[in-house]
Amino acid sequence: MRPLLETRQVTKRFGDLVAVDSVTLRVHPGEIVGLIGANGAGKTTLIRLILGLLPPTAGRIDLFGAPPRPEARARVGYVPQTTGSYLDLTVAENLRFVAAAFGTTPPVLDPELRAVADRPLGELPLGIRRKVAFAAAVCHHPDLLILDEPTSGVGPLGRVELWGAIGEVAARGAGVLVTTHHMEEAEQCDRIVLLSAGRVVADGTPAEVTGHVTAVEVSAPQWEPVFRRLREAGFRPLLAGSRLRVAGVDADEITRLAGPGADVRPTSPTLEEAFVALVSR
Amino acid sequence: MTWGLEQVKVTYRSVRALDGVDIPVEAGRVTVLVGGDGAGKSTAAKTLVGLVEPVSGRVRRPEKRQVGYQSEHSGVWFDLTVWENLRFVAQAYGIPQPDSRIDHLIEVTGLGSARHRLAGRLSGGMRQKLGVAMALLPQPRLLVLDEPTTGLDPVSRTDLWMLVAGAAAEGTAVLLTTTYTDEAERGSVVVALDQGRVLAAGTVEDLVSRVPGRIVQTDRPDALAYRWRRGSRWRGWLPDGHPPPEASVVPPDLADVLIVAALLRRADASAA
Repeated sequence: MRPLLETRQVTKRFGDLVAVDSVTLRVHPGEIVGLIGANGAGKTTLIRLILGLLPPTAGRIDLFGAPPRPEARARVGYVPQTTGSYLDLTVAENLRFVAAAFGTTPPVLDPELRAVADRPLGELPLGIRRKVAFAAAVCHHPDLLILDEPTSGVGPLGRVELWGAIGEVAARGAGVLVTTHHMEEAEQCDRIVLLSAGRVVADGTPAEVTGHVTAVEVSAPQWEPVFRRLREAGFRPLLAGSRLRVAGVDADEITRLAGPGADVRPTSPTLEEAFVALVSR
Repeated sequence: MTWGLEQVKVTYRSVRALDGVDIPVEAGRVTVLVGGDGAGKSTAAKTLVGLVEPVSGRVRRPEKRQVGYQSEHSGVWFDLTVWENLRFVAQAYGIPQPDSRIDHLIEVTGLGSARHRLAGRLSGGMRQKLGVAMALLPQPRLLVLDEPTTGLDPVSRTDLWMLVAGAAAEGTAVLLTTTYTDEAERGSVVVALDQGRVLAAGTVEDLVSRVPGRIVQTDRPDALAYRWRRGSRWRGWLPDGHPPPEASVVPPDLADVLIVAALLRRADASAA
């Protein structure tokens, strides 16, 4: 199957700064690809390159089989981090406006949005604003959906609903490229690409990415002294309720430092732990 | 020592922001307040530190100079440098000879290279870490951090959690708010807020063991009345009865707990 989107060794420099460094990635129809990275890793620049808003310094980008052109935008749904909606227009007006711009009909509203259809977006919580932005981005049935931090500020139920909607878009055959730095969301993706300082540091299914990293969980009657000892030895222990977790480490060394009375057992790292271990190498 | 809110109600104009919430915040523990935008997390944090007056209920907090607070928007002064921000907080709290503590906090927050940079020119992550350093400066008995990790990448988030756990290990009572359930799982105690009410509260182990019914995992969601996507598979909630064929019962995690609680509340609301 031909990818909807393909970047080949794409680089973008701003003066001395290399924002995107030789990035290769592909998004196929029906696939949800997560672009995961720290702040300043180059995610937003990469999206701007893909949308054709910036020219690459080197490398090649194919969007629907050709370099990004303005006409391709008709087949792309895009939600920027800031949602890109008009806060002084109502929910219904925002959707009518976007639908008109894409030459399509406004989407049918679900009960939650119907209840607030005539309220200005600026008065509504961020969770609702994100839902409206998503509805606007998919109303023209795009072949490729690009979402920049789509659920930041959204509650747990709102988040699963939004991911359900993202899954439906992919199930209909569209490709989805989604950036996030929350690993709970990254785990929802079919494939993830980890970016650090503009470069790809890992690429694969979430299980493949975490499979390269080891982690341990430490249980002790008192976590506090163990935490202090691990910190002093330069490790990065993370609190997990009343236990501690450490990723990317040698279990024997942690056992030695944790001392008698502590139980140290190997565990599979979360994606977040794997990410931190991979970029800290 | 336990600080916190007891049966607290807060009203903004005519809107009830908190509707009789109990949020105990114990010394030496990290209590995580989790919920979406508009759930009441910031109001709870502000009420705890004394920036918002409740219409009723009881607020327990130590005296003002023993409270460290970071607002949702980090609360740093953009036109002061990192060092000046900390120095200013030290003066406001009347901390004698604060320089070695300031140096220590700059070191543990990894802000050493940005010591003399204006806070307005820091990255989001560095600014949040400066906000936490400022809240930690007075060695508070109660530390309240309002969404300190929103917008932070995993590396900065890990650094920040080490600071928070370090403060709790020294005996500080910490309240931290977040919208993320995976982050909430790190807390010693979790309090989930929804529309100004406590949806669920307890340790993660308690909450998970108290889920009514069962959580199942399947590739065939159509057989489930309550379902949500988890990775490439589906999860579902069975209030009672046997799992449908091809669905396997799985141990719930905090995300499942909160989804079920929100579904139950929604069902209550539509029945009322």
